[in-house]
Amino acid sequence: MKKTNYGLIYTSFGAIFLLLFFVLPLIIILVFSFMKADVNAGVIPEFSLEAYKSLFRPDYGRALADTVIITCISAAIAIAVAIPCAYYMAVSRHQTFLLFLIIIPFWTNFLVRIFAWKAILEANGFLNLLLQRMGLVQEPVIFLYSRVAVIIVLAYTYLPFAILPLYSTIEKFDFSLLEAGRDLGCGHIEALFRIMLPNIRTGISTALVFVLIPIFGQYVIPELIGGGREGTFMLGQKIANSFFRERNWPVPSAFSSLMVGLTLMILLFLMNRHRFLKKRNKNEITPAASAGSGMES
Amino acid sequence: MKGSAVRIENVTKTYGDFCAVDNLNLEIKSGEFFSLLGPSGCGKTTLLRMLAGFVTPTSGAIYLDNKNIVDVPPNQRHVNTVFQNYALFPHLNIYDNVAFPLRIRKEDKKVIDRKVQEYLNLVQLTGKESRFPSELSGGQKQRVAIARALINEPSVLLLDEPLSALDAKLREHMLLELDAIHDRIGITFIFVTHDQEEALSVSDRVAVMNKGHALQVAPPFEIYESPADAFVADFIGETNLFEGKVTRVDGEWVEAETQAFGPVKVTADDDIYPKVGDVILMTVRPEKVRITLAPPPQEKYDNKHNLVQGQVKELIYVGFQSKCSIKVDGSGFIMHAVKPHIKYSDEGPEIDWDDRVHFWWHANDAYIVEIVEG
Repeated sequence: MKKTNYGLIYTSFGAIFLLLFFVLPLIIILVFSFMKADVNAGVIPEFSLEAYKSLFRPDYGRALADTVIITCISAAIAIAVAIPCAYYMAVSRHQTFLLFLIIIPFWTNFLVRIFAWKAILEANGFLNLLLQRMGLVQEPVIFLYSRVAVIIVLAYTYLPFAILPLYSTIEKFDFSLLEAGRDLGCGHIEALFRIMLPNIRTGISTALVFVLIPIFGQYVIPELIGGGREGTFMLGQKIANSFFRERNWPVPSAFSSLMVGLTLMILLFLMNRHRFLKKRNKNEITPAASAGSGMES
Repeated sequence: MKGSAVRIENVTKTYGDFCAVDNLNLEIKSGEFFSLLGPSGCGKTTLLRMLAGFVTPTSGAIYLDNKNIVDVPPNQRHVNTVFQNYALFPHLNIYDNVAFPLRIRKEDKKVIDRKVQEYLNLVQLTGKESRFPSELSGGQKQRVAIARALINEPSVLLLDEPLSALDAKLREHMLLELDAIHDRIGITFIFVTHDQEEALSVSDRVAVMNKGHALQVAPPFEIYESPADAFVADFIGETNLFEGKVTRVDGEWVEAETQAFGPVKVTADDDIYPKVGDVILMTVRPEKVRITLAPPPQEKYDNKHNLVQGQVKELIYVGFQSKCSIKVDGSGFIMHAVKPHIKYSDEGPEIDWDDRVHFWWHANDAYIVEIVEG
């Protein structure tokens, strides 16, 4: 009798959908990146490395460097803020309520939230008004259209994506280990760094994936908050510009392919670490089950 | 002596309305193997956590070698704990787990290496250095936890129900090993357990606790043979408790009229002096009662024995012996007794359910627990 593979049938619809609308476009982008640009947009189907060569233009190099710096700093800030938040949520008695608070911002449109930040950071915005009222500054400070502003808004936007995976890891963390650490000579803070941090590494790397990758491809935030100012310009904007303004298809395709490649590399690296950590912590033997086979030493 | 003496003075710990430890006084000698024994919720774990420094007493003082340590944080006390769930660090291998306290103190690499080897050898785990906790069995984890707690050379080792997660055979083995380690190292061990057998078998002294009080602090023999009150008598082992009104006192010799058996003979303990007319609570352990189908033979019975008749209502076979519940004729009192399985050299045939039996015990084997009223 032949065994029907139901798994294949169940997943076929999703597989076809993903093939058509995810894998195929990626292939098209990859193919376009190796073709010549048509002056009226589109591509001339002729093999060329022109697009990849132009990636070495100084302005592109600059954008890549800025993007990497902005991404790393804002992801680091998001995670540094997320860890204590997640810790507090994990030990709090009001977990459901706090989780709810994390979800609430998603009810507001992303763009609206960005404009809200503009309203806060503007020359006659909320922050300046506050500082002036408190007499801390005389003239309005220009917060907007700077790298710091872009980093702050990026960190804010992706904070929930860092908190959620960290929360689910810290919630499973055995807090009695901290007590053991204290017993064995650690101070409070030392115990957190030496015992909790290493044990929530999987949560940190998941949070990194959730935060680093989307920030790396961000377009809207640097556009609206950075305003194209020097040092705020990110690859996403570069791609959009050359596509819409320069009407050049192969160059943004090459850029996109490069970014997909970079992202995949980060992802593979983190997944590899995950597997390593999982392998080490798997088969967590329950004390009762293991007791019987106890004395082989 | 390397161990410290511990003195607990008027220590109280309350959580809201609940009083976990109630004005407790205890003195633990240096180098002693001391057990805190009691049912769950008796305050023994709270007391241990106060000794470790995780819980601050509401009032009172804890002295370690005459120094009050109530305000000393756990990481600065010369006290280490073996936790109930082992609490090994899952991200570190066995070597690093055991070396952890030394690394915190920033010891020299060579010193760390020498001491880790020494203590892994002590708990017989040499060769497992590179394993991770998840790869170890329960017994092995327990040994790592012990090595890790001892490597700082504390003056007091606290053990929080360390054997409760192990199976019966392994538990007995680890208990003997703990005793051997205690003998070798010579520091003070404070052992929390709800298992009386564990406490009685290895301790120098045992404190039986209930509802935040220490009811009796004594060597195991005394705890079992002369319990301080009805709770201790009932909690430690199985026993028969019955009340009676004293009818005659002649030195240690006491006779009482009981509802359960009628007239009963018993000897009084050194510190209990009942008078005629007092109501006293008496106890006799099941293993001190003999049961036979026929009346007791002359040579095994005299006027210092109490003899009663009854009917076997329940017989629980537990391998090396059977536990009997005997309904006493007339009063209906249920007497617990054990019958060893010695078919051929003991008194007559095996007994069975519903058999009518004679049972008797010597007055010296019974014990007056307390004077209920008088």
